[in-house]
Amino acid sequence: MKAMALQCNPKDNVAVLFDENAFAGMEIEVRDKAGASTEMTINQPVPFGHKLALRPIAKGEDIIKYGESIGMATADIQPGDHVHVHNMDSKRGRGDWKEE
Amino acid sequence: MEFMGYVRENGKVGARNHVAIIPSVNCANDVAKRINSAVANTRSLNHHQGCCQLPPDLDRVTLSLTGLGQSPNIGAVLIVSLGCEGTDVDYMAENIAKTGKPVEVIRIQELGGTRLATEKGIEIAQKLADKIAPYKRQPVDMSNCIMSIKCGASDATSGLASNCVIGYVADRIVDLGGTVVFGETTEFIGAEHILARRARTPEVGKKIYDIVNRMEARAKSLGCDMRKGQPTPGNIAGGLSSIEEKSLGAIMKSGSRTIEGVLEYTDVITDQKGLWIKDTPGREIEILTGMAITGSQAMCFSTGRGAPQGFPTMPVLKICGNPVTFQHLQEDMDVNAGLIITGEKSIDQVGEEAFRRFVGVLSGEKTHCEELEYYNSIDIYTMGPVI
Repeated sequence: MKAMALQCNPKDNVAVLFDENAFAGMEIEVRDKAGASTEMTINQPVPFGHKLALRPIAKGEDIIKYGESIGMATADIQPGDHVHVHNMDSKRGRGDWKEE
Repeated sequence: MEFMGYVRENGKVGARNHVAIIPSVNCANDVAKRINSAVANTRSLNHHQGCCQLPPDLDRVTLSLTGLGQSPNIGAVLIVSLGCEGTDVDYMAENIAKTGKPVEVIRIQELGGTRLATEKGIEIAQKLADKIAPYKRQPVDMSNCIMSIKCGASDATSGLASNCVIGYVADRIVDLGGTVVFGETTEFIGAEHILARRARTPEVGKKIYDIVNRMEARAKSLGCDMRKGQPTPGNIAGGLSSIEEKSLGAIMKSGSRTIEGVLEYTDVITDQKGLWIKDTPGREIEILTGMAITGSQAMCFSTGRGAPQGFPTMPVLKICGNPVTFQHLQEDMDVNAGLIITGEKSIDQVGEEAFRRFVGVLSGEKTHCEELEYYNSIDIYTMGPVI
């Protein structure tokens, strides 16, 4: 059985992978809420509960999960990339930003 | 539908029947703790506030301690005062007594020191414990239930499993005519537009935006990125990358019903029914205390990485969304919502199981943190500096 990632909402450009031994180059299955699935390959090890990109996301573009923005890309992201604090940033509670 | 509860003189229903030992100031904590260790069925509510604070905070502490004493889970109260604190002990005693339960006060400085006060306190607490011991549970309608909600040590499973399970329980209790209170205003940041759409009136919707703006402004005032504070390092290790992501998962636990209004931290539920928000931070001790102040008889607590905390006077049921954590921390976790992640059960199936367990807890079944007596941390959410 392939490792399974879950896409919470059809608008999402990321999915959450639930596998404890995911490795670069591993084939996984991405399932949506209705149960339909597609296959893809992950580019880096993605820890249990972490996100991977489902399509290319350009630097500055929103990361979408639950159908809503959860922040923005701080680098260009490829499908299958691990998406986390190294390549995305929150847009809220940013006391470090001078003026929004 | 019914649960077995303690019907109090003011008509409120408790899920527990303890004597609360309430220090009016942190300097009285050790006396309260010693009385608590000496007398069975007492719970001491040791906190860090009550003196050298600005007046609005001292009022908050007085109101908070009053609310904790008024809780229907408490059959009798002993207030332990030092004698020179900034809180208003007379106000506490008078307003707790209005619920009809016995209230006693001891003052350490008046009684000749901590040893003598401890001895006197033990004598009084024992009498109070004997007085409430014969109280019996009786069947009451589920509409008497005030459930509180919290998620802590969240990871990516929380928003997909355990929070959805609590959302199911919340909807069930609202539909049975009960009251549900959720909080953690910090974890509305990025999801406030969704909550505001569920508000009963436009005014309630505006209030939701207001409390979120207030919390975000407070976080931003220190001039840094709030990350590490929220989401926490544990959240980030668990796969949550931003406060927005944490919030969108967090609000799942509020279910789907209409939000009736917004309560301030020290507000007590009088006769409000349905789903309510209480303005609280996300940190365990302050929100658990805030929910006990509300008068909540028991809490549903969702976790992914495994948060163990309970509360001295309010049972806390742990619902774990991460199947690996559930196996690893079985002694601390109550309900396995990880079966949703592994595909073995649906949200509704685990939701129904959690609802049954929750009704059992209201009727006297112990939660794991009660069995383990892991419930001694409390604190009150204050706004200003210690001076």
